[in-house]
Amino acid sequence: MNKVVSGAEEAISDIKNGMTLMLGGFGLCGLPEKTILALAASGITGLTCISNNAGVDDFGIGLLLRNRQVKKMISSYVGENAEFERQLLSGELEVELIPQGTLATRCMAAGYGMPAIFTPAGIGTEVAEGKEIRNFNGKDYLMEMAFDADFAIVKAWKGDSMGNLVYRSTARNFNPVMAMAGKVTIAEVEELVEPGELDPDHIHTPGIYVHRIFKGENYEKRIEQRTVRKQ
Amino acid sequence: MLDKEGIAKRIAKEVKDGYYVNLGIGIPTLVANYIPENIDVVLQSENGLLGMGPFPFEGEEDPDTINAGKQTITKLPGSAVFDSAMSFGMIRAKKVNLTILGAMEVSENGDIANWKIPGKMVKGMGGAMDLVASAENIIVAMQHVNKAGESKLLPNCTLPLTGVNCVKKIVTELAVLDVLPDGGFKLLERAPGVSVEDIKKATAGKLIVDGEVPEMLV
Repeated sequence: MNKVVSGAEEAISDIKNGMTLMLGGFGLCGLPEKTILALAASGITGLTCISNNAGVDDFGIGLLLRNRQVKKMISSYVGENAEFERQLLSGELEVELIPQGTLATRCMAAGYGMPAIFTPAGIGTEVAEGKEIRNFNGKDYLMEMAFDADFAIVKAWKGDSMGNLVYRSTARNFNPVMAMAGKVTIAEVEELVEPGELDPDHIHTPGIYVHRIFKGENYEKRIEQRTVRKQ
Repeated sequence: MLDKEGIAKRIAKEVKDGYYVNLGIGIPTLVANYIPENIDVVLQSENGLLGMGPFPFEGEEDPDTINAGKQTITKLPGSAVFDSAMSFGMIRAKKVNLTILGAMEVSENGDIANWKIPGKMVKGMGGAMDLVASAENIIVAMQHVNKAGESKLLPNCTLPLTGVNCVKKIVTELAVLDVLPDGGFKLLERAPGVSVEDIKKATAGKLIVDGEVPEMLV
């Protein structure tokens, strides 16, 4: 079960125009930055990207937006990404904004083999328009469908050649649930080790969910909001 | 009248011993600085952390350790990290005792709008829709009026909603108010130097004033 590929280029070699991708990360934290760079250089277009945020103008998914490779974004927060907001307001980019917990749980449902979930998030708002509502124990819930993504692209701290993954700190975020949700899952890791080197009790994503793994070099790990306190 | 720090200080009094608390971006983040040291409180950050600590010292920033506002933070002893699905699982399952967030508008029946101004500004709802749909104890921290001088406490929200019938309490630079179950903003406290008349002028929704309104202690 050796899932190791040479690098990001090989990992994305069969991603085609118009496909749906899930990309892990929260803001710039835990972002699959090497695979995104390869996508930005690939010329692949018409992508639908499922990701909590869209990076910043010159890093992360922002690079794909700048290249006009993205047809549609499914996200929960645009934040201060100027290019994203500009393309959204001008109508150049199709954007589906959904609650963050809904986004995470729709990934989870896909990874658990469940077609849909029920959540109260968005009841009474425009998020609920056109969606089925069910009442359980006196409270309304929206039915939200599991995602159907061609590829999931995640970043982990450590992984072994069998695809078992361990994340570090809050860089975990969406990565484990997205790793479970892709038809094909690509994992990039800071450290690639041999089977047996990771403690089975400490594995966050079992290798069965991961199809390709490679070691990324020289992670930039950019910080979006550097905040410190005085000594 | 209170400044932002003052609003945060007043809200910190609502944080009780044993609470798990989620703090939103902006003024709510400042509340962490004023939680009394003699009570035991755990801060939840919805990107996947319980036990959020203060900002790191310069040189100790860890790009892998951030809060929901993407700021570098630290983890306190006893903290736990988890994925985004579990994070919203604990929110949906009402394990978080208190949620404090900002708003653009609140209506007198507790509706909240804070994610979009059609045609002008779209930030996205982030985790706010999940939080307000499930949390039972929601305090809004905001300015009483917007930059144009218009009240943010309204009969009905005019902006796209984040959630309905969910806000329980509001703390602004002018006042502390409860949102009553049957509708209406009940004035509980005045900010130092602010009169009931000032608050009436700044409140477009139904304001309920019952007897003497004390000045808040901050």
